Amino acid sequence: MTQQRRSYQIGTGLFILLGFAALAYLATQTTSVANFSQGPSYRLVARFTNIGQLKLRAPVKMAGVRIGSVEAIELDPEKLDAIVRVSIDRRYASIPDDSSAAIFTSGLLGDQYVGVQPGGSPDVFKDGDEFVLTQSSMQLEDLIGKFLVNGSPSKPGDDAGKAADAPSAPPQTQH
Amino acid sequence: MSAARRSRVGEALAQVGACGLFLLQLLRATPASLRHARETVRQVWFTGAMSLVIIMTCGLFVGMVLGLQLYYVLSIFGGTAALGTVVSLSLYRELGPVVTALLFAGRAGTSMTAEIGLMRATDQLAAMEMMAVDPLAYVAAPRFLAGIIAMPLLACVFNALGIFGAHLVGVSWLGLDNGTFWSNMTSSVDVWTDVVNGVWKSLAFGAVVSLIAVFQGYTTAPTSEGVAYATTRTVVFSSIAVLALDFVMTAFLM
Repeated sequence: MTQQRRSYQIGTGLFILLGFAALAYLATQTTSVANFSQGPSYRLVARFTNIGQLKLRAPVKMAGVRIGSVEAIELDPEKLDAIVRVSIDRRYASIPDDSSAAIFTSGLLGDQYVGVQPGGSPDVFKDGDEFVLTQSSMQLEDLIGKFLVNGSPSKPGDDAGKAADAPSAPPQTQH
Repeated sequence: MSAARRSRVGEALAQVGACGLFLLQLLRATPASLRHARETVRQVWFTGAMSLVIIMTCGLFVGMVLGLQLYYVLSIFGGTAALGTVVSLSLYRELGPVVTALLFAGRAGTSMTAEIGLMRATDQLAAMEMMAVDPLAYVAAPRFLAGIIAMPLLACVFNALGIFGAHLVGVSWLGLDNGTFWSNMTSSVDVWTDVVNGVWKSLAFGAVVSLIAVFQGYTTAPTSEGVAYATTRTVVFSSIAVLALDFVMTAFLM
């Protein structure tokens, strides 16, 4: 009898342990907690005229690889543009200081993230530096608005002009 | 006709009232039942650990079905990258607690009712009272507590297996990108508003299901037919209560 009692007590303990392990797994591995970077990091600032749907803790990516996350988003009370503070993993310390930041959307329904395009400067970003070149998020409404204002893009005359320009375009860019 | 209907309504109201009074008695007996902690542990084993197999199997299949169905729906919009997000949110916020509670009512609630009902039918509860052992503290309260302890844990196991099933279908079978699956999930699921929200729900469902099961067993007619009816009522009432309470809690926890 005591043997049997012992075995179900151990079993109950294992069950409770399994339940809490499942809860810990769900809470730490499948939620935004998993995105907190553990290692040391440094901060950069980027100013955007429009951040779209960018959220706190959104990823910062370079060449598609996650290198950090958005730490704070605020509005500059004087210049009236958005200040986005990002923290970059200390491992990626050699980002040229003329790199540019842009806000992209991952997929059609995905979240927005900050994408960093590397520049060519020999100097690298230091803690607290600011991105000189930024590109705001694409607003679908603006695109539609532009499209409506410009009218139909496939006028016969336009097409002919483009077709005539096209062959001469590559030599022009080479000059 | 109307008199019969009125008496039926009155009976239903009386049931609800009796159930509420029973809950108060149960809560009053709970401190005394802590002396029988070993009995509570035995009930956690019986209602929780023994339900693991059915919970894990169902969780896996629910996750796999969700993966398939949502993949189909999302592919219409070209948004299959959001599969992990949608599956995890629907599991944590809704399906995990609710399906676990329905399975729990069928697996553990019925056996609680039948066990206590048979104790009532064979006068074991009366015998306990004669021996100055409070059957509420020794029989009812440990089962009630065990239900409250076991349900959230079972729901978490269900959710974890559901995510695993959806990953199996989405990534291993349908060829979704593994990194996209996880990174979209981790960027849109929040610990407090999603995971803990589901834990609150499953706590409440555990309390409701085990309260109904214990109440039905405790107040059953002391015949074999009465036990059969009580067991049926446990499943019917707790299913209705869980789904109705789910709506109310979702509205409040939004």
